[in-house]
Amino acid sequence: MEPILEIKGLRKSYGDFSIKGIDLVLEKGYIMGFIGPNGAGKSTTIKLIMNLLKKDGGEIKVFGKDNVKFEHEIKNRIGFVYDENYFYEELTISEMKWIIEPFYKTWDEKAYKKYIKKFELPEKKKIKELSKGMKMKLSLTIALSHNADLLIMDEPTSGLDPLVRSELLETLSEVIQDENKAVFFSTHITSDLDKIADYVTLIHNGEILFSESKDDILSNYGIVKGGKEILGKDASRDFVGVRQNRFGFEALTKDKNQIKRKYGDKILIEKPTLEEIMLYHTRREQNAV
Amino acid sequence: MKIIISNSSDKPIYDQIVEQIKNLIINGELAEAEMLPSIRNLAKELQISVITTKRAYEELEREGYIVSVPGKGSFVSAQNKDLLKEARIRIIEEKLAEAVQAARTVGISMEELSEMLKILYEEG
Repeated sequence: MEPILEIKGLRKSYGDFSIKGIDLVLEKGYIMGFIGPNGAGKSTTIKLIMNLLKKDGGEIKVFGKDNVKFEHEIKNRIGFVYDENYFYEELTISEMKWIIEPFYKTWDEKAYKKYIKKFELPEKKKIKELSKGMKMKLSLTIALSHNADLLIMDEPTSGLDPLVRSELLETLSEVIQDENKAVFFSTHITSDLDKIADYVTLIHNGEILFSESKDDILSNYGIVKGGKEILGKDASRDFVGVRQNRFGFEALTKDKNQIKRKYGDKILIEKPTLEEIMLYHTRREQNAV
Repeated sequence: MKIIISNSSDKPIYDQIVEQIKNLIINGELAEAEMLPSIRNLAKELQISVITTKRAYEELEREGYIVSVPGKGSFVSAQNKDLLKEARIRIIEEKLAEAVQAARTVGISMEELSEMLKILYEEG
């Protein structure tokens, strides 16, 4: 099966920041969460996919086609939600819709009406009068109203309250009921992913640290706690992000079963959250043993 | 059909689903040839990953509890009730054997053990 989104050796640098040859694959029917700290390269990657930035090298294919050569065709099939408001503040929701609608060949009025109703959006209100949550719901409504096969979202949940976030996540799982569609979204609120994400990709300093199924990540990784005496010469190979205190240490392991076999009762292993996995990975350099 | 997922349990979520669907089949709450929710629908309802529900169904299929027909869905397979019950009995036997072994190592007699079993059974 052809992946819906495929990135190979993507490079981009400006100033002292660079995307260092990243690879990524997303198949149809799945939700991928794209996580990383601020400034890791999440938005840059998304802008490169949307051809809002020019890449220095590498390949981006959407629906199996080059994202620059087939830009128009591809964008008709992508629903894009950006973290900032890109609507005209002075227009009402319905006026804004009249402007956007002609841009899409496959505008679906029925879907538009459905989401307006579902999210209780006041069509006659000016965009500037909407709350942050409502603006996001409007972006999502537009993104879902032209039969998009791929939904790409940049930090859609940042600054939203838990209720709106859970409505959004519920909508995403509805979208992939159609197994030909896929969702790719960046976030630094990892609890959004603990539930619905199928795959999680972690980017840090412009490099992909891992891109795996969430179930595999959560069943293989573990938080290890123990006395400092076991931090021998293997420590840097066995553990990630070791943090020591006066009485012992805490670290992350990528293979808790192997660590359990090796150290047995000398250590305690706990189930990590995605947030902890991200933290241990991204602070590795400062705390190397 | 009732499925309850615990996020704090040590048991992987796919395993919890497998266990619960198996029990529904053995208890007869899910009848032969009954259609199961699609993996996508189950994932949506339980707010979990499609990969998790897919893995659970694959496991159930491998153990012969369900059959999946491409394009149609997953169904409870034609089960022999006696075979299901036998499987259950085998599990009970294994656990009892463990208890007997444990009793022997500390010198508990057959009578004492039966007495314990009797009390436990009546309490439950």
